[in-house]
Amino acid sequence: MSLSKTTLTSSKYYKKLVNLLVLLVIYGIVQLLISIGILGDYYQVTLAMICINIILAVSLNLVTGFTGQFSLGHAGFMAIGAYTCAIITKSYDSPVAFIIGIFAAAVLAAIVGVLVGIPTLRLKGDYLAIATLGLAEIIRILILNFDDFTGGARGLGSIPQYTNWTWLYLFTISTIIIIKNFIDSSLGRACISIREDEIASESVGINLTKYKVLAFVIGAFFAGIAGALYASYFYYIKPDLFNFMKSIDILVIVVLGGMGSLSGSILAAILLALISSYLQSFAELRMVIYAILLLLIMIFRPQGLMGTKEFSLSKILRKKQTSHENSAS
Amino acid sequence: MAEFVQQLINGLSLGSIYALIALGYTMVYGIIKLINFAHGDIYMIGAYVGYICIKHFNMGFFPALIISMVICALLGIIIEKIAYKPLRKATRIAALITAIAVSLFLEYSTMFIAGATVRTYPQTLENITFKPLEGVIINIQQISIFAVTIILMIVLQFIVHKTKIGKAMRAVSSDKDAAQLMGINTDNIISYTFAIGSALAGAAGILVGIYYNTINPLMGMLPGLKAFVAAVFGGIGIIPGALIGGITIGVVETMVSGYASSLYKDAVAFAILILVLLIKPSGLLGKNTREKV
Repeated sequence: MSLSKTTLTSSKYYKKLVNLLVLLVIYGIVQLLISIGILGDYYQVTLAMICINIILAVSLNLVTGFTGQFSLGHAGFMAIGAYTCAIITKSYDSPVAFIIGIFAAAVLAAIVGVLVGIPTLRLKGDYLAIATLGLAEIIRILILNFDDFTGGARGLGSIPQYTNWTWLYLFTISTIIIIKNFIDSSLGRACISIREDEIASESVGINLTKYKVLAFVIGAFFAGIAGALYASYFYYIKPDLFNFMKSIDILVIVVLGGMGSLSGSILAAILLALISSYLQSFAELRMVIYAILLLLIMIFRPQGLMGTKEFSLSKILRKKQTSHENSAS
Repeated sequence: MAEFVQQLINGLSLGSIYALIALGYTMVYGIIKLINFAHGDIYMIGAYVGYICIKHFNMGFFPALIISMVICALLGIIIEKIAYKPLRKATRIAALITAIAVSLFLEYSTMFIAGATVRTYPQTLENITFKPLEGVIINIQQISIFAVTIILMIVLQFIVHKTKIGKAMRAVSSDKDAAQLMGINTDNIISYTFAIGSALAGAAGILVGIYYNTINPLMGMLPGLKAFVAAVFGGIGIIPGALIGGITIGVVETMVSGYASSLYKDAVAFAILILVLLIKPSGLLGKNTREKV
C-alpha cells in the first residue's frame, strides 16, 4: 500500500519534471535561434503574435469555453491593458516601470471586468455576447475621445519596447498554468458545471453570479496582460486595433481550437498565425481564403479541432511506457 | 426649434434605414435563433447592386431598387443553404462563427472585385427640396426613404399576417418542432425568411447609397451591429419592435451628433443597448418568458 503511494507521488514529480524540462528546452531552442539570427525579425513578430494570441485565447476560453459565458468584448480589456502599460512606460521609462505597467494593466482590466461583469453577466447567450460587444466598443470610443492621454485616433507611438521572447514566453506559460490549475480546482469545476447546466448547478448550491464574475475577471486580467505585452512589443497602438473584429479574431481562435480545450486554443493560435503569415503574399485574397477556410472548418468540424480534449505530454509518455511494458511482458 | 425639427427628420431617415436592416435580423433571429452577422454585408451588396444598375445600366431608382432586392433575396437563400443549413444541429456559437465567416467572405470578395476605394453613388433622383417650415429642409432622398420604408412595412405586415407563408413563419418561430409536425416544411420557411429579410436589407442598401452618396465594401459592419442593437431594443423576434428600435436608435444618434459630439454617436447605440438589456432584457415589446427545467 505504502509502496504504491510512493510510486504515485514519484511519478507525479516525474511528470512535472518532464513538463518543466520540455518547457525549458523549447525556450532555450527559440532563444538560441533568435540570438544566432536564424529567426529573423519577421518570424519574431509572428512568434510574438502567437504568444499574445495564446494568452488572449486561453483567457477567453476560460470565460466562453469552460464557464459557457459568451463574451465578444475581450479586445476591450486588451485595449485597457495596452493603454495602461503604454502610458506608464512612456512616463517612466525603465524596466521596473514595465513590470509595474504589466501588473497595473492586468489589475485595471480586472477592475473594469468586475464593473462590467456584475451587471452584464445576468444576461444569457446572445444577449450577453452583444452586451459585451457593446461595452468593448464603448471602451474603444472612450479611449478615442480622451485624446489628452491616449492620443485619440492618431494612436500612441514610441512606446518603450521591453517585451522580448523571454517575457512573452514567461507570461504565456504562466497564463496557461494558472488557468489550467484554476480549471482543475473546485472553483473551476463550479464554472464547468455552470456551463453544463445553470439551473442544476444553482440547485446544488453554486453561486452563479460569483463564479461567472470570477471567470470573467480572470479572463479580463490576462487580456490586460496580453494588451500590455502587445503595446510594449509593437511600440505603437491605436484604438482601431482593438475594435470588435479583434474580439472576433480571439473568439475564432477559441472556437476553432475547441471550446473547453486549452491545448486546442494553443494549437489554433499557432495554426492561424501560420496561415495568416503564409497568406500575407495574397493581399486582398487573403481574407477571402481565410473566410472560406473558417467556413469549411465550421461546417465539417463545428466542435473545433480538439473538441474538449486536452493534449498532454505525460499522457503520451505514459502510453508509450505501458505499451513498452505490454510488449515486454 | 427649426434645428430640432431638421435633426428629427434626419434622424427619422437614418432610423428608417436601421429599421429596414433590423427587420431582417429580427426575423432570422426569431426563426433560427442566429445572430446573422452577414446581414449587414447583404445590405452592402444591395448598395453595390444598385450602384451597378444605375451607373452601368442607366436604370431609374425604382427598377434598381427592385433588382437589388431580388438579388439580395437570392443571395440570402444561397447563404442560408450553403452556410447555415449544415449547422442547424450544431452549437449556436459554431453557427455564429459561420455567420462571421460569411460576413468576412462577402466583405473581402467585394473588396477583391470592386476595390477598397470609396465610390460615389450616381445621382438618380432629381434634386428637389421642400421647405415645410422656416429653416427646415426635406430633400427628395429623404422622402423616398420614408415612402419606400412605409410601403415595405405594409407589404411585410401583409405577408406575415395575411398569407399562408406568413402564418407558417409565425408558427415556425413560436415552435419549430410542433410546426414540423403540423406538416410545415420548415426548411422552406427558413429560406423564405432569409429571402424577405435580405430583400429588405438590399432596399436599405440602395437607400443609404442615394442618401449618403458614398459606398465602400466595409460599410455594412457598423450599421449591421446597430441594426442588431435596434432589434434587441425593440424585442428580438418582434416585427414592430424592430421598427421602433431602428427609428429610436437613428433619432438618438442624430441628436447626439447634432447637439453633442459626433465622436460619441457610435457609443450611444451601445449605451442604449446595455441600458435596455439591464432594465428589460426582453426588449421594449418583448414578453418575459419563464425559464423551465
